[in-house]
Amino acid sequence: MLVLAGIVVIAAGFLLRFNPLLVIIVSALVTGLAAGLDPVAVLATFGRAFNDTRYVTAIYIVLPVIGLLERHGLQARARALVGKLRGATAGRVLIGYLLFRQITAALGLVSIAGPAQTVRPLVAPMAEAAADPRDEAESETVRAMAAATDNVGVFFGEDIFIAIGSILLMKGVLEGYGIVLEPFQLSVWAIPTAIAAFVVHGFRLLLLDRRLARGR
Amino acid sequence: MIGLGFVYLVAGVTFVIFAGQSLLARRWANGAFQSLIALSFMAGDRLGDVGNGALVLALVAIAATGRMRRGEGTPAPMDRGARVFVPALVIPAVALLGTLAFKQFPALVDPKQATLVALAAGTLIALALGLYLMRARPAAAFAAGRGLIDEIGWAAMMPQMLASLGAVFALAGVGEVVGGLMGQVIPTGSVIGAVVAYALGMAVFTMIMGNAFAAFPVMAAAIGVPLLVRGAGGDPAIVAAVGMLAGFCGTLMTPMAANFNLVPAVLLELKDRYGVIRAQIPTALPLLLFNILLLYWMIA
Repeated sequence: MLVLAGIVVIAAGFLLRFNPLLVIIVSALVTGLAAGLDPVAVLATFGRAFNDTRYVTAIYIVLPVIGLLERHGLQARARALVGKLRGATAGRVLIGYLLFRQITAALGLVSIAGPAQTVRPLVAPMAEAAADPRDEAESETVRAMAAATDNVGVFFGEDIFIAIGSILLMKGVLEGYGIVLEPFQLSVWAIPTAIAAFVVHGFRLLLLDRRLARGR
Repeated sequence: MIGLGFVYLVAGVTFVIFAGQSLLARRWANGAFQSLIALSFMAGDRLGDVGNGALVLALVAIAATGRMRRGEGTPAPMDRGARVFVPALVIPAVALLGTLAFKQFPALVDPKQATLVALAAGTLIALALGLYLMRARPAAAFAAGRGLIDEIGWAAMMPQMLASLGAVFALAGVGEVVGGLMGQVIPTGSVIGAVVAYALGMAVFTMIMGNAFAAFPVMAAAIGVPLLVRGAGGDPAIVAAVGMLAGFCGTLMTPMAANFNLVPAVLLELKDRYGVIRAQIPTALPLLLFNILLLYWMIA
């Protein structure tokens, strides 16, 4: 039970708005000490995992090219492009993106799009241009929804792909119990939820359009 | 063989340039933070476990001083016409084609890392093309990129830090304790009770750990395999797949999944740092319910 103290540290630290990096390292130390590990062993475990997960941070290599293009009018051009499309609404733009993201993720192409690669430079400005927001609050809502759509699309598309990490993890864990499955058997069962995600999130995007259109 | 080493070299060089520019601009804290990230990418494998731990402590110390400064404010963009889209589309296009092509040459490119390698290659091609089309100097691109990384600030390291915390949680056995608690609350013999506890357990545990991968082995051991597969005779493929997706519903609702939920809020300059999570909860909760019903219907 004592090892749960680290979770309390995280929750309290985030709530009290301490620097999150500090909260994370303190939580690691508290958890390790509660489990009877010495501080150096905890630091070594943390350091090894940190080194093994550098690929998470590698995505920032796209920033110089994105920054360069933004200084040469990328966001404005993306907005202008959508402005020319007749019948484009924020909801329809994002539904199109949701479908694109689910299908490509289902083909295993998880990293071809994302918040830094596509949402900030292209999708959010396009959705904003189509929404034609009246105030900052509306514009925030549309941008937040653009990021949310990216996440929903990738989460509920990727498990249809047979070689994605989560499918291989499930296969590995079940084998530990003597249950042998083919990745394909697992991935077909991601399809019902993928369809449900498209329906639920797509419906919310249509509601967003109605809310934006109200009073015009 | 080309693999993560190539990706880390590209990332290391990128952060070396960021750091150099920051130090020249006398932005010491930002420069030091970026130098440490560069060091991790370039030499992380040679630092040893404790050395990497010390590097993390230094990163945290810089972040905790609160001396890292935001971006310097960007000049009004110049308009170069629609060709600005070309490099922007090159990144996903090369990532897509490269992933498919590299899988054909497993001797040349590590198939497990094909997409990351293709993404790095696409980024380099897009950068070269962008510099040519925009008639800009490389220094200008890195200055613009540094503006973006400075806007993100220390939050850039949160995803990797949380992933590492997960490793400590695993070593300390946090999962077994949470799984044991979840196991205790189910009324014996109730299939719906076990289904709800399993799916909610996946979502809640994922919210705590920020990652459904950490939750799955624990909930499978506590409820999935003993009660749903062996007890109620559920198809293990359905129990596993739908359980994992219930976990993903949790990922949509937690600040612990910083790379999906917090970093995009910073990138999109939202005032509310939980704005993306707030936008996702109304999708995540109905989907969680859907997964519970699907699982119950397939087992019962």
